[in-house]
Amino acid sequence: MSYALEPNTPLTNESVTKLKEDFPILNTEVNGHPLTYLDSGATSQNPLQVINAEYDFYTKYNSAVHRGAHTLAVESTDLFEDARATVANFVGAQENELVWTANATEALNLVTYALGNASAGIGGEQAKKFALAEGDEIVVTEQEHHANLIPWQILAQKTGATLRWIPLESNGTLNYEEAEKVITEKAKVVAFTHVSNVAGSITDVATLVKLARKVGAFVVLDACQSVPHLPVDFHALDVDFAAFSGHKMLAPTGIGALYGKADLLADLPVFLTGGSMITKVTMTEAEFMAPPTKFEAGTQKVSQAIGLAAAVRYLQNIGMENVHAWEAQLGQRLAEGIESLDGVRLLGPAAGQERAGLASIHVDGVHPHDVGQLLDTQGIAVRVGHHCAQPLHRALGITASTRASAYIYNTTDDVDRFIEELAKVRGYFGV
Amino acid sequence: MMSGLESLYQEIILDHSKRRLGEGLVEASHPHADNHQYNPTCGDEINLRVELDDAREKIEKISWEGDGCSISMAAASVLSETAPGMDLKEFQELVDQFREMLHSRGKIEPNEEVFGDAAAFAGVSKFVARVKCAMLSWVAAEQAAKEATVSE
Repeated sequence: MSYALEPNTPLTNESVTKLKEDFPILNTEVNGHPLTYLDSGATSQNPLQVINAEYDFYTKYNSAVHRGAHTLAVESTDLFEDARATVANFVGAQENELVWTANATEALNLVTYALGNASAGIGGEQAKKFALAEGDEIVVTEQEHHANLIPWQILAQKTGATLRWIPLESNGTLNYEEAEKVITEKAKVVAFTHVSNVAGSITDVATLVKLARKVGAFVVLDACQSVPHLPVDFHALDVDFAAFSGHKMLAPTGIGALYGKADLLADLPVFLTGGSMITKVTMTEAEFMAPPTKFEAGTQKVSQAIGLAAAVRYLQNIGMENVHAWEAQLGQRLAEGIESLDGVRLLGPAAGQERAGLASIHVDGVHPHDVGQLLDTQGIAVRVGHHCAQPLHRALGITASTRASAYIYNTTDDVDRFIEELAKVRGYFGV
Repeated sequence: MMSGLESLYQEIILDHSKRRLGEGLVEASHPHADNHQYNPTCGDEINLRVELDDAREKIEKISWEGDGCSISMAAASVLSETAPGMDLKEFQELVDQFREMLHSRGKIEPNEEVFGDAAAFAGVSKFVARVKCAMLSWVAAEQAAKEATVSE
């Protein structure tokens, strides 16, 4: 089906209002108010083009992929692999460099468990470069989502490697000076987020990649909050592995991807094993397919992958430069609005500094849960809690925060409504 | 019954969320036990102490330290005011009724004579996401009271 917007239309309040026609859920009411959806950092909404792509698949093509010779099986396999090509191309990767996973969490676990397998001697000579042992170090940051922290904790426990981290500045952004000290010759892996899901800061990937390269460490990028919102090219960024989730970029839940450099994926040991990913199996051992298939055990997420490809085409129709430009504007408007309020602290970069289209806040004297509740009565959906980043909050001296996160379908009116209602919160609770 | 926000944030609740009766753990001289409860979704946390009389039949005192939203703080405050003086059976019945009311999605009208200020939490039951907030300290007290009956 066609799009509400012509290709490469810059996002403005006017064009976004038109674009909203593609998102039925955004034209509904919540608690008697038009929905103001500012929780896309948690999960985004699906346009009709994505919903229809899944519907089309199930009504016309549904069958097992890579497993049959009948017509439907061939068609569904073609759609599945076309989807991979579309998504790989979107992030500057080759098709054999993109592994389907359930989500970014699974993608990051794939990497850490595969490294663990290499450390246990699995994968032969070629996998030895991935092995970790006592004396090696894994470097993460204090900003990480738990999905890019706990898998590394487990890997460290399993291998005897030491987990180290790049600390934060007082506003929750990365301390790059300390990064130079933390990433030493002992570092085997440097794993960090591209865009902080709480601070909204955009990581200087080139600087961290340079530090990692200097000591021969692998680079793993959590691209969950960047791929949906910025033009991202993993080859240009020169990271070794990267993870992102479909449901944060207009696609259904249950689909995500791991990017890995082709030569590294070829040498990396397997993670989940079973059907579809093998060539020859005996009672004592198995040989595996080439990447990406060797990492895709069991029945795959076919309609979800097709949905994700439809989401990518939707974003490409707008153009990621346009997406980024609009969200940068919304992010600044959020930051400025928040800074204008008494008793409300903006986490992350100050207004005027680079930030993604999201902002987290601490309201003095009012718990985030109460802030979110008040906003909800006005039909404003935000995220409250620790956003799966407890260490970041702890470093800032708080346990939780309230986050507004924008996407392509938000207008400056949405931001202004949020700020307007936020301004009333402290008064309501009498602080 | 009131609808919307006013039924959730009743004056009594907002008032108790600021007064925080029982806040600050008190050194116990009678049989007692502590319990810690944590709500991982929002980070609300409470460390609560129940002190019994020497016969271990009645609740003597409840004190706590914690951090959380207005609902969880108010619930701890109301609990600290309501529970002391109750015998253990009576207290358990109140906890059971409080829990039942909170899970009723607004269907159970509390008996104010039994509930006292705790009746104000009837409105919370319509906000499913907030039921845990209200229960946090009550669950801690329920556990601690049980432990205190057998503590050293």
